[in-house]
Amino acid sequence: MTSPARKQLPTPTPETAPYWEGAKAHELRLQHCNDCDKPFFYPRIFCPICLGDNVEWKAMSGKGTLLTYVLSARPAPGFEEELPYAIAIVKLDEGPHLMSNIVETEITPENLPAGMALEVVFDDVNETISLPKFRPAS
Amino acid sequence: MATDLRKKIAIIGAAETDTVGAIPDITQLGLHGQAARNAIRDAGIDKSQIDGLACAGESVVSVADYLDIQPRYIDGTSVGGSSFMIHVAHAVLALEAGYCNYVLITHGESGRSRVGRGGFGSQSATIPGQFEAPYGTFGPPNTFTVPIVAHMKKYGTTEEQIASVAVATRAWAAKNPRAMFRDPITVEDVLASRMIAWPIHLLECCLVTDGGGALILTTADRARDFKKPPVYILGTGEGAENMMISSMHDFTESLAFKNAATRAFEQARIDRSDVDHLMLYDAFAHTPMYGLEALGFVKPGESGPFFAAGKSAPGGELPINTNGGGLSYTHTGMYGMFALQESVRQLRGEAAAQLDDVKVSIAHGPAGFFAASGTVIMTNQAP
Ligand SMILES: [Zn+2]
Repeated sequence: MTSPARKQLPTPTPETAPYWEGAKAHELRLQHCNDCDKPFFYPRIFCPICLGDNVEWKAMSGKGTLLTYVLSARPAPGFEEELPYAIAIVKLDEGPHLMSNIVETEITPENLPAGMALEVVFDDVNETISLPKFRPAS
Repeated sequence: MATDLRKKIAIIGAAETDTVGAIPDITQLGLHGQAARNAIRDAGIDKSQIDGLACAGESVVSVADYLDIQPRYIDGTSVGGSSFMIHVAHAVLALEAGYCNYVLITHGESGRSRVGRGGFGSQSATIPGQFEAPYGTFGPPNTFTVPIVAHMKKYGTTEEQIASVAVATRAWAAKNPRAMFRDPITVEDVLASRMIAWPIHLLECCLVTDGGGALILTTADRARDFKKPPVYILGTGEGAENMMISSMHDFTESLAFKNAATRAFEQARIDRSDVDHLMLYDAFAHTPMYGLEALGFVKPGESGPFFAAGKSAPGGELPINTNGGGLSYTHTGMYGMFALQESVRQLRGEAAAQLDDVKVSIAHGPAGFFAASGTVIMTNQAP
């Protein structure tokens, strides 16, 4: 998959770089607090539950469910050819939730019931950035 | 005479970031977080006890979200290098009044390394710039609206029920000569209007207008000397939760709404049954639904049937958005001022669609999508 150059792409920071390196390697990596024994998202310099430093990056299963979404009928820059597109919140099986797009399926309300099972796929946008997206679980 | 505030408030924690100088590996928001964590540890306080947050340079909501706290006293006063002295001044008042118990004030600035700093050309390094914008969010219509499908899934809320919010609001606008749109509409009209971001249609989106408003407040004893009947503040509340729509904790409710509403009712010491009129900021048709539930006028999930039954409309049991709302009256961008204005008009008896016997009115709304919230409970009944 490719995306038009006009789309806004992430600029990784030292705090988020491991997430984007994981995505490049087609792995959904989140931080996991070993004291709380829970993963969290978005990346931070400490665990947001206990504020502790005993945190490491771990690969998630890439499985999740569709919590909520809209089907955008108007485009952000670069999305003109993809209307409508699903801006979705995906709850990972490990707990945290994140925003993504739903791909590789018909983008209609009927085809996208909240609660449906999803799995991650990676959109290799350019040399450095791959965006985690989600498709119906196989 | 002013309250004697001498020796009433003290600082119990104070710390800086681990290092100062050049910190190229931590973002500006991370610096706020690290300073906050260090002060929390310095005080030996549990994070969950902190119910007040003030900061400048980053949004107070972003810092709250980063620490995963949901403060119900927030001070984002950001006027420059001495903002923190002002935060202390506000905090003294809030703490003395019992409005909150522990206020955290944070500063963090990547002034040298400029890592993860907002501003021109660098938004793509912010947290929302990395984790939302790449997925095609362009603004309120396809971002603020994202939570509603979770509400539909959990409670069976229907597209028709959401549309009925716009129908009821338009019925009020029909009574207001200043409203931009005054022709009555039906649920069918709403659902037939242009799709913006399913399940939200054009007629479920607020207007984009020009305008403004202002308020003047003074003490109750002074207020009697002025021309217009005083509108007394019974209670106020505020809250902050998420820097991105995707970092909401539960998409079927807003923690910022709940904290603001709860605080305001605690302060006002009234029952829901004492309230005659509501102004629920309606950026989209779903926004007043979340507001009605957060304020406790219906149980979670019951706002859809409430609006569909016409209970907020002219002749209904709880009039809501009687000026025609952001959906039909006006919406400049930061509409909250207009919600307050209509509450005041109703309590003074000078509204275009004046209700009978209004004694208590509430203006409640979101800020920055569902990021933050404010609630004001007002009455025309003299103390
Ligand atoms: Zn932890």
